Amino acid sequence: MTEIQLKALSKSYGGTKVLHHIDGEIQDSEFIVIVGPSGCGKSTLLRMVAGLESVSSGEIFIGNRVVNGLEPADRDIAMVFQNYALYPHMSVAENMSYGLKIRKLPKDEIRRRVEEAADILEIREYLDRRPRQLSGGQRQRVAMGRAIVREPSVFLFDEPLSNLDAKLRVQMRLEIRKLQKNLGVTAIYVTHDQVEAMTLGDRLMVLNDGYVEQFGTPIELYENPASIFVAGFIGSPAMNFIPAERGDDAQSLKLANGVQIKKESGLNGSGPVQLGIRPEHFVEASDGPFALRVGMLEHLGANTLVHGTLEGTDVPVTASLDGIRIIENGTIMRFEPAQSNFHLFDAGTKKRIVS
Amino acid sequence: MIENRPYLAFMSHLVLIFGVAIVALPIWITFVAATHDEIRMLRAPIPMLPGGYFWENLKETLFGSGLESLQRVSVWRMLLNSLAMAMMISIGKIAISLISAFAIVYFKFPFRMGFFWMIFVTLMLPVEVRILPTFEVVASLGMLNSYWGLSVPLIASATATFMFRQVFLTIPDEMLESARIDGAGPLRFFWDILIPLSRTNIAALFVILFIYGWNQYLWPLLITTDDDMTTIVMSIKHMLEAAEVSPQWNIIMMTALLAMMPPVLVVVAMQKLFVQGLTETDK
Repeated sequence: MTEIQLKALSKSYGGTKVLHHIDGEIQDSEFIVIVGPSGCGKSTLLRMVAGLESVSSGEIFIGNRVVNGLEPADRDIAMVFQNYALYPHMSVAENMSYGLKIRKLPKDEIRRRVEEAADILEIREYLDRRPRQLSGGQRQRVAMGRAIVREPSVFLFDEPLSNLDAKLRVQMRLEIRKLQKNLGVTAIYVTHDQVEAMTLGDRLMVLNDGYVEQFGTPIELYENPASIFVAGFIGSPAMNFIPAERGDDAQSLKLANGVQIKKESGLNGSGPVQLGIRPEHFVEASDGPFALRVGMLEHLGANTLVHGTLEGTDVPVTASLDGIRIIENGTIMRFEPAQSNFHLFDAGTKKRIVS
Repeated sequence: MIENRPYLAFMSHLVLIFGVAIVALPIWITFVAATHDEIRMLRAPIPMLPGGYFWENLKETLFGSGLESLQRVSVWRMLLNSLAMAMMISIGKIAISLISAFAIVYFKFPFRMGFFWMIFVTLMLPVEVRILPTFEVVASLGMLNSYWGLSVPLIASATATFMFRQVFLTIPDEMLESARIDGAGPLRFFWDILIPLSRTNIAALFVILFIYGWNQYLWPLLITTDDDMTTIVMSIKHMLEAAEVSPQWNIIMMTALLAMMPPVLVVVAMQKLFVQGLTETDK
């Protein structure tokens, strides 16, 4: 049983603060994905949990222990690195067993664990090879094998799939997920790829500039993004944001191009807002209030992405339509998305407006 | 590049053959001289084709009375002295440099950069520059006429430390982090990861340092007065100092040939690693 708790965790390099007061609780055998753009501090956070970076303030609990002062080897964790960090001069089997050898486990126990892990990952025939004789995907498996044999209570992944090609990435993603479920080990996974984050994580922690923007399940994040940042980051293609003004009657919304929309539910407060609508929620309607001047099409096969601008403005809008569609450049298309799919954000604070 | 320009090909071959001749001819003459008997070598012109006395000369040089004029110590003893000196210098230098580069790259300690620059400064102080103070130190330590005296002052130098520092810097940080997660302490990391990863560089450095040590002349000349400590390179000079008798060219040349052999053998034996160590960049 391994819960992880982060309590008011901060990290500074000299005078620069890169992580601000991170709180979070991770349940036993939960898969947590830390996601954010590069430079948001996600890797630093993971490395603090691993013990590779010192903690400036706050506490990290793994199980019931505060691990702030513990060496990485004593934290009962295993880590998979982005470039795998396999020892190039050791065979696959030696790579996997090195940590166990240092812990002075009996030889037959080491062999049992290595062979077991090799069977799970289907790398048994490569056990005698050197890492340089393996392909990227195989090295990735060896790196995972090295983590598995240690039988840790926490797995840490630092963008482990970013060096693989797209197809392999999808396959390894599923395997990592399956493996973690089967072993029942708590896992923290860092990535900048929101698709990876959505498919892997039980819960996602979205980091931006060293702050936690939102911490919740993928569906929560998709349906109720807490801020413009989360809304724009989660979901692909990204959400559209249309500047709008709340009417005095708390019932209407005036879009940037002057079009008035009658709201079914009331609106709190007044002043400028950002209206967020996901491309897949645009529904074609001949008398819909949203007029889109078509600029460019992207044919993805299953659907067609229509890029254009809100008629009368230069606000970029993207709509996703089913199937293959051929639409003339410059055509005006009209849409009426369901109001339940509207996301309103305060233009000043960038936070979600709860109505 | 595929080009067909006969004139250019001819010229470049000519230049190359000329270069080879300049380097190889003296060695050929040395070899030829080592295969004739003493009488033939004193007659003009000097022979250009090998004679039949190679084995006799070899036996005479290594185990016989050798050169009559000065031979108080046998050639194999001098070869042994040279070997001991060269090995102590190269192994000692590599060991010390590995450890100091390890400290500089992987540890944070006060005045780290200060120490780094102190090591750096020694680059400007080769033995030739500090020869008197170094002699004084070695003499006071009672190391004159010993292998220690021959090798220790030459061990201290910064070049190898720099090279290993550079090698360690190319090893990705994840290697260290991964070893830390595996539970390897600093010494285990050093033995199990760093040394195997710098294997080729160690080999390359060994070749260079062995030749450097073997070819030492000035320093051994200065601190050895005992004939038992004479090195082979020193002895060749002594051999020409035969004042009363005519020089025994066949023996002198055989000694020179023997003096050339160990560095050649080291280079040939370690050639593959040597080239890898100097060219390989990725870890």
